[in-house]
Amino acid sequence: MQNVIDTANHIVAYAAKAARVQVIAAYPITPQTSIVERIAELVESGELNAEYIRVESEHSAMSACMGAAAGGVRTFTATSSHGLVLMHEALHWASGSRLPIVMPVVNRALGPGWNIWADFTDSMSQRDTGWIQFYCAENQEVFDTIIQVYKLCENERVLLPAMVCLEGFILSHTYMPVEIPDQEKIDDFLPPYKPKWFLDVNKPISHANIVSPEWYMEFRYMIQEAMENAKQLIPEIDKEYGKYFGFEHGGLIDKYKCEDADLILLTMGTIGSEAKIAVDNLRKEGLKVGTARVRVFRPFPREEIRKLAENAQMFAVIDRGISFGMEGFLAEETKASLSNQKDQPLIAGFIAGLGGRDVTFKTIEKIAKKSSEWMRAGKVGKETVWVDLRK
Amino acid sequence: MMESIKELSKEEYLLKGHIACAGCGLTISLRLLFKALGNKLVMVVPACCTSVIPGPYPYTSFAVPVQNIIFEATGATASGVVAAFRQRGIKDVPVVGWAGDGGTFDIGIQALSGAAERETNFIYICYDNEAYGNTGIQRSGATPYGAWTTTTPTGKKERKKDMPFIMAAHRIPYIATACPSYPMDFINKIRKAKEIKGTKFIHILAPCPTGWRYDTSKTVEIGRLAVQTGMWALFEIEYGKFKLNSPSDRLIDKAKRKPVKEYLSLQGRFRKLTEDDIEKIQRWVDEDWERYRKLALNQYV
Ligand SMILES: Cc1ncc(C[n+]2csc(CCOP(=O)(O)OP(=O)(O)O)c2C)c(N)n1
Ligand SMILES: [Mg+2]
Repeated sequence: MQNVIDTANHIVAYAAKAARVQVIAAYPITPQTSIVERIAELVESGELNAEYIRVESEHSAMSACMGAAAGGVRTFTATSSHGLVLMHEALHWASGSRLPIVMPVVNRALGPGWNIWADFTDSMSQRDTGWIQFYCAENQEVFDTIIQVYKLCENERVLLPAMVCLEGFILSHTYMPVEIPDQEKIDDFLPPYKPKWFLDVNKPISHANIVSPEWYMEFRYMIQEAMENAKQLIPEIDKEYGKYFGFEHGGLIDKYKCEDADLILLTMGTIGSEAKIAVDNLRKEGLKVGTARVRVFRPFPREEIRKLAENAQMFAVIDRGISFGMEGFLAEETKASLSNQKDQPLIAGFIAGLGGRDVTFKTIEKIAKKSSEWMRAGKVGKETVWVDLRK
Repeated sequence: MMESIKELSKEEYLLKGHIACAGCGLTISLRLLFKALGNKLVMVVPACCTSVIPGPYPYTSFAVPVQNIIFEATGATASGVVAAFRQRGIKDVPVVGWAGDGGTFDIGIQALSGAAERETNFIYICYDNEAYGNTGIQRSGATPYGAWTTTTPTGKKERKKDMPFIMAAHRIPYIATACPSYPMDFINKIRKAKEIKGTKFIHILAPCPTGWRYDTSKTVEIGRLAVQTGMWALFEIEYGKFKLNSPSDRLIDKAKRKPVKEYLSLQGRFRKLTEDDIEKIQRWVDEDWERYRKLALNQYV
């Protein structure tokens, strides 16, 4: 075991090395760049035995990853913001091709105006591409999730690609202590990739060819099934990882003081860490509040949300992003998860931290206090609140 | 080098049951590709007529492994396959990107350029039917001046890109043009490409009766006329050295070339050309050949 203090981006590079990725195809974009730079150093120094394709765009990065994965190796890329949305077409093709590609996404706002800071709109706008999506709250979780996710994606019951999302600068460029387990132990947890098939001249198949209406729905159904399987496997793999290495991250949802909470703050990413501080402070003031950080957004943990709703009177959902014309992404999914359920809690949505604006525990305390007012009144004052919006 | 067509294997890896149009030039080219390389190759195929021709799941008429991929991605996806095979120590399995003119000249030029600049060890074959065939004959950057397409109903107003020379500017080791009407030349070039390390670009003129509006029995003839009139030249650029191949090498003298009109007048897509247009096209062809003549003399690009 090795204790390091480093940025999440460098930790991503070390995780790629620890996962023994075989082909990397990537293109630089702020704030992802230090991932591809550090990986270049690892490859050129011989510490990581991998092919590194320095492609000419993100569209090509994902397209090269698909070729490599179809060639039967463990593949890796990383991107951010405009790079991710440029990949959009390729993302659909990768999941439809059932290729277990792993891609850290350093969450960043989309322009215009150009903004390089944290925002979930980039990955959220890709939520329907058939990719599994994890959201991390700290650097240790970034490392652990990348290792966990290869095991998940390569499982024959899943065979889907996954994004491991981490907020730009807040994590990507922030030094935090991380434990990197011994390589032998990682190899034991995550053995070399054994593809079920590859582009083999001795067993020729045509992959990703034309599918008529007679069959297309069945292929789509299998993707949905794989997502459901992933939902089952994610907590199991997280637990197993915990047994191996001592770190668990809550499976699908990382819950904090939710058992007796009347008010639950639903969060994602680093806002989830900040919310824990807010919860501790508010509890001192006598507020029965907890927080649940949604770690996995696809597959969406519908059942867990329902369980949380059983005892809570209210959800305050904080979104670092918005689906224009509707509301925050997490707010949408939370409400959708609770439809057809008896005794639903009140739900209020809060849009906060777009384009890298700070969301501190103080911001969250304010959100919680407003919500608890509404909770006591038995009525939500506003469906979607833009937090700290300038007049 | 194959001296006689009789040396060719009788084995077919383009199987029966494909759904190409009658007289399809690209399908003849595919058959020749498999004759040249056998079945020990991996193909990367973007959206184009070739992604339709093998037929829908669960059948295919290609007896080689195929990775179908999005329209613009051939160069990139092939790069990925090459990298994976290197990691796995798989040698001697050529990776062949097989794309149409749209997937090469237009939407896929970036990925191809990137793959070439990275010196990716693969063969990129562009079969050029001079339009977006799959979507119903729309113009492409390869459509020649004056040709009717469904998006140039009165004839295209611009000239075709000079794709082999765009690739030559990438300083790749091997570039060749071919046409299925000259199968020996075609097969020899593909076999030669297989032996060269680095990016190889082969540009095939693939006559298309559906898009070019000629009788389905005339594909081979149209291809021959393209060469005989000089509208299509058979050449190689090997490590920067330009060389005309037979029979194009005998056509430097304008008197040996048939007038372009003989090629143009057989095809419905050129029906609306005026005499002025035809003259213009003839002049352009002559200018191209003056360039080929100089290149052949200096043997340099
Ligand atoms: C991104 C994208 N845009 C458009 C299309 C529609 N499309 C499919 S094939 C094709 C034309 C292909 O032309 P070409 O590459 O010349 O091949 P051909 O069909 O002539 O064989 C087009 C426009 C697509 N599949 N993907
Ligand atoms: Mg075409």
